[in-house]
Amino acid sequence: MDLPENAKEGMDGVEDDGVGWESGRRGTKEFFLALLHSKTFVAGAIILVFWIVDAIFWPLIVPQDPEAITPEITLRAPSWAHLFGTDDLGRDVLSRTLAGAASTLTVAPAATCLGVIGGVLVGLFVGYYRGIADDIVMRIVDSLLAFPLIIIAVLVMSILGPSVANVILVIGIVFTPYVARTVRAAVLVEREREYVAAARLLGNSGLYIMFVEILPNISAPIAVEITIRLGYAIFTAATLSFLALGIQQPSPDWGLTISLGRAFLQIAPWEVLFPAAALATLIVAVNLVADGLRQVLEE
Amino acid sequence: MSTPTPIIGGSDRQALAIQGLSVSYLRRGKSLKVLNDVSFSIKPGEAYGLVGESGCGKTTVAMAVMRYLAPNARVDAGHILFQELDLLAASPEQLRKLRGDRMAMVYQDPGSSLNPSLTVGRQITEVYRFHRGFSKPEATEAAATMLETTQISDPARILRRYPHELSGGQQQRVMFAMALATNPDLLVLDEPTTGLDTTVEAEVLDLVSQLRTKFNASILFISHNLGIVARMCERVGVLYAGRLVEEGPSRDLFSHPKHPYTLGLLRCVPRPGMRKNSRPLDSIPGSLPPLGFEAQGCVYAVRCPIARPRCRQEVPPSLPAGDQRNSRCFYHDGVSQIPANTSAAATTSGETHQRTLLHIENLNKSYGGRDYQVAAVTDVSIELGAGEVLGLVGESGSGKSTLAKCIVGLVEISQGKIRFDGANLAEPADWREMDLRRKMQMVFQNPDTALNPSHSVRRILRRAAKLLSKGQTAAEIEGRISSLAAAVRLRPQHLDLRPTALSGGLKQRVAIARAFAGSPALVLCDEPTSALDVSVQAAILNLLADLQASQYVAYLFISHDLGVVSYLADRIAVMYLGQVIEIGPAADVFHPPHHPYTEALLSAMPTVEGSDETERIRLTGPLPNPSNMPSGCRFHTRCPRFLGEVCRLREPPWQQSGEGHLYRCHIPPEELSRIQPGRQAKS
Amino acid sequence: MLRFLIKRTALAVVTLLCVSVILFAVAQVLPGDIGRAILGPWATEQQVQALDHQLGVDRPLYIRYAVWFSGFVRGEWGTSYLLNRPVAAITLGRLGNSIILGGFALCLIVPTSIGFGVLAALNYGKWVDRCISIVGLSVIALPEFVTGIIVLAVFAVGLGWLPASSHVPTMNPLDWFRQLLLPSIPLMFILFGYISRMARAGTVDSLRSNYVRTAILKGLPRRTVIWGHVLRNSLLPTITVVSVQTGYLVGGLVVTETLFSYPGIGKLVLDSAIGHDLPVLQATVLLVAVVYMILMLLADILYTLLNPRIRLSS
Repeated sequence: MDLPENAKEGMDGVEDDGVGWESGRRGTKEFFLALLHSKTFVAGAIILVFWIVDAIFWPLIVPQDPEAITPEITLRAPSWAHLFGTDDLGRDVLSRTLAGAASTLTVAPAATCLGVIGGVLVGLFVGYYRGIADDIVMRIVDSLLAFPLIIIAVLVMSILGPSVANVILVIGIVFTPYVARTVRAAVLVEREREYVAAARLLGNSGLYIMFVEILPNISAPIAVEITIRLGYAIFTAATLSFLALGIQQPSPDWGLTISLGRAFLQIAPWEVLFPAAALATLIVAVNLVADGLRQVLEE
Repeated sequence: MSTPTPIIGGSDRQALAIQGLSVSYLRRGKSLKVLNDVSFSIKPGEAYGLVGESGCGKTTVAMAVMRYLAPNARVDAGHILFQELDLLAASPEQLRKLRGDRMAMVYQDPGSSLNPSLTVGRQITEVYRFHRGFSKPEATEAAATMLETTQISDPARILRRYPHELSGGQQQRVMFAMALATNPDLLVLDEPTTGLDTTVEAEVLDLVSQLRTKFNASILFISHNLGIVARMCERVGVLYAGRLVEEGPSRDLFSHPKHPYTLGLLRCVPRPGMRKNSRPLDSIPGSLPPLGFEAQGCVYAVRCPIARPRCRQEVPPSLPAGDQRNSRCFYHDGVSQIPANTSAAATTSGETHQRTLLHIENLNKSYGGRDYQVAAVTDVSIELGAGEVLGLVGESGSGKSTLAKCIVGLVEISQGKIRFDGANLAEPADWREMDLRRKMQMVFQNPDTALNPSHSVRRILRRAAKLLSKGQTAAEIEGRISSLAAAVRLRPQHLDLRPTALSGGLKQRVAIARAFAGSPALVLCDEPTSALDVSVQAAILNLLADLQASQYVAYLFISHDLGVVSYLADRIAVMYLGQVIEIGPAADVFHPPHHPYTEALLSAMPTVEGSDETERIRLTGPLPNPSNMPSGCRFHTRCPRFLGEVCRLREPPWQQSGEGHLYRCHIPPEELSRIQPGRQAKS
Repeated sequence: MLRFLIKRTALAVVTLLCVSVILFAVAQVLPGDIGRAILGPWATEQQVQALDHQLGVDRPLYIRYAVWFSGFVRGEWGTSYLLNRPVAAITLGRLGNSIILGGFALCLIVPTSIGFGVLAALNYGKWVDRCISIVGLSVIALPEFVTGIIVLAVFAVGLGWLPASSHVPTMNPLDWFRQLLLPSIPLMFILFGYISRMARAGTVDSLRSNYVRTAILKGLPRRTVIWGHVLRNSLLPTITVVSVQTGYLVGGLVVTETLFSYPGIGKLVLDSAIGHDLPVLQATVLLVAVVYMILMLLADILYTLLNPRIRLSS
């Protein structure tokens, strides 16, 4: 049988075209498409976007001035004039509810940013270099985590005094250990991989390895952690205002409103229920977004 | 629930019959065909080997037989006939009765296949209690008897242990005990020795052979290792990209393959005796097709040396190719005439390497704190000449990887001296000067994790070129990247991809290019081909040999695969439990007289040609715990040539067995020549 | 094993010492002069100083710490500035109340959450799983006062089935439910998501593992596989989570206790922080830390006992 030409030539294994393999990583465009496919993400995102728009543009949306005190119409039940009723000072509850988003959505994202930046820095350094610094820092972190979050926040706020800046500071600092823990765990895994050893062999500095080599590969757990922390930031900020340690009057902040309106629960439940529902929908929205993101990233 | 499907053709003659099996996986909305019209059968009591490289679908066959496919798998077509039942149509109740009783499986990773929270005894007795209705004491006794059959020492004590307290070899014996407890009719072995050390692997394979004399199960033996399958199985089937391309009696198939792929596979495995100076390794051009690859014609046509237009248009059916042989090749008669690779070998310049490049003296490395010490490397002294390849061989715990890391500076030395190119080397890698770094680089084992998945190939190479050179302009660096890529045979379009889009072979080429970015004098290769498929391995080995010769680079080449090492290395050092126990020219180390451990290693290697049963040397006893080193000669607890008290009490001296060939043993070379059977070099 | 215990206990003690130092420092920084805070703005400077001297707040910091800490260890916790009663009695009483509430909530929440989490995992991908998962993840981080106020509005005000403020219940089990059910519901919301997700993840991991594959392919019945093989391993990580949450249930109920007017230790911390009642504040917070540490230690012990890999390694 006659062999074809190429059989007679020597083969040297040159042609290696091994491209187009099942890639574990998707491109940016596919990532966003996958996000849009996730029902939880979309549902949460819609609600979240609504509240963000409301937090920015509430002066244009509210039917009445949220701080307008009208003693004649205190504690009216919901009606066509006041869809959510009026509170104990005659202010329109709907307007106050819409306006209350602003304080929460200012404090929580700022505190989250602070906590995440601090946590990433600490987690990266401590996770990469390890050694004594790691031992000390993790001891401190563990002792801080020996308390329920709220006790620490209460303690510190009663020293510093209630104000928006202090709330952001406290929450940001208290969150740093949580974020640092997650980041450190991810860094510990990455630093054992051979590309980190290869980078060291090339003579890259520690800073370069941490920020240019390792950080891009732990972006997924960091992104998920950011969204989770945001939910807890909202939680903590609202709780602090409920305990009168946060934002002060006459802000329409939801936590504060609920705390003050609590006394009138029996006769005018709408005063507290609508802010409570608003806060609940915001937090649920953030949770849905967080979970949708986590699902897409983990696939 | 359902009536058994009628028998389709003679299943009373076969223990297991697979007919036209097609399976696909659903991944991110796409359907990937993993098995395509696979048919074969196993006779009662027969061992059938299924070989193939990664992605060929062999594990899917096993999972289909046991009906444990992943949730996103679909059986598109086919029947699996076993005991007058089509397994693919069987009800869950029928399956539950068969599993563990009439059909059983042993897996690749025994450590993770055993429940860490239950004792070994509980996991074995379960089988007896559920399938035979034994009471607890009856089951325990039966379990102990079964463990004895699998040659575990002190079975009663083992029964009370938890899986993590056993060694890999012991764990696998436990798996065999569980599988054979009920004397099943079918035993599926899915890569049962992959991941075990060579010597342990040999023991387990011996065990399987012995068990076959006591139990008459049919065996489906899945492996990527041709030597193992040749040794253990009567019939063999070769899978490629989901198709069974050839099958037949194993001896016949391996000596006279009737499919170009089988021929290619057989030819590209390096065996002891093959040397880089004689000729390059045969490799199969191209690379393994991605999962779900479907071709219009023959699936192998793209890489086939005898492919013709018909091959690219028609799918070849399974054609008879001899006595009990089938082949999916239209031109299977011409396979035997395909010429081997006769191109020129990599020429090395001169055999004598005058200048000593690397000098290691009394190197020690221990891990551990105040409480206990683990000596990873003990008292190692070796030299490496410029342009020389030193192969480092050993099993797990030998310290070869630790030694490499000490030399290259990833790990701090406990004691000892290293001189490289005249200068003393003590600092860890982070503190070394640029010139030193560029002269000594490393290629790692796992190409998946050795490259940063977030960076493109170009970026990876650019960083290396920049850091390993002085004062180069941007244009010069880009030029360097191009020449590096060309040297490792990467195409320009590969440069802008990320590593996750490349195959294993391509990734390893990038890693090699990175190591060569600074024109090194010494490259340490830590198992660079162990994670690659056989067909890809040959191409990478050829590349390494080429680069070594053309750039006059020295290698410290670490591997557990003796064939690979003897192909590339000029000299070989054998390590055991942290010590170098033998060192010498590559041609000599693998011939007697040599250290009994080296002898056992060679004997344990399964080869396709098969080895004489009488020559088999087996090690007794488990690998000692490194925190509890044996006294005297560290090998004495397992040595088949154990002399007596002297081995236990005194450290063995260096003996000379030839020019430049040394080993540590109490037995002098004359005595060893007498008792070690001569092995002929295979070329 | 014993060495491990000793090491962990020593670690806990050291951490507690650190915590006590930090706590003391923090508390001393609370603004305002103590004597002035107690006597009010109309007292003279002399009277304030006399009281300060009597209370010992004019001595150097480290002496005050040493006095306080040695007193704490001996059980002498001083007298409350505001209530003029021994701190120990107040604090321990409140702690007891919180334990009752926390214990009740724990018994209610933990089995339910774990049960639902495992149920979701066993029905992976089906609608049961999706429902439980979505409900679970939605309610994470919902503040207790939000869910609490809604629950109060519906059940206490609207329907009038249960009281709006909760007292410490009597021994009658029915009374337990009457008093403690409403305050437990917000806690249920907070913890359900976290615990059920952990239980689900652990069970899913276990179901996908190689050893479960071995068990199934041995032909074992499904019930044996789940109870004998899966759950043993899947619930180990959940235990750690639950133990951390238990600490929260004792000391972290500030909001719930405030909302339901329940006399617990969390509320005591809040009140003493705002009122600058230092002895109470210091003792209470340190007590919470001690309780937390003990619970974590117990959890570690439990985890070690249940995990053979750790128990048997040298």
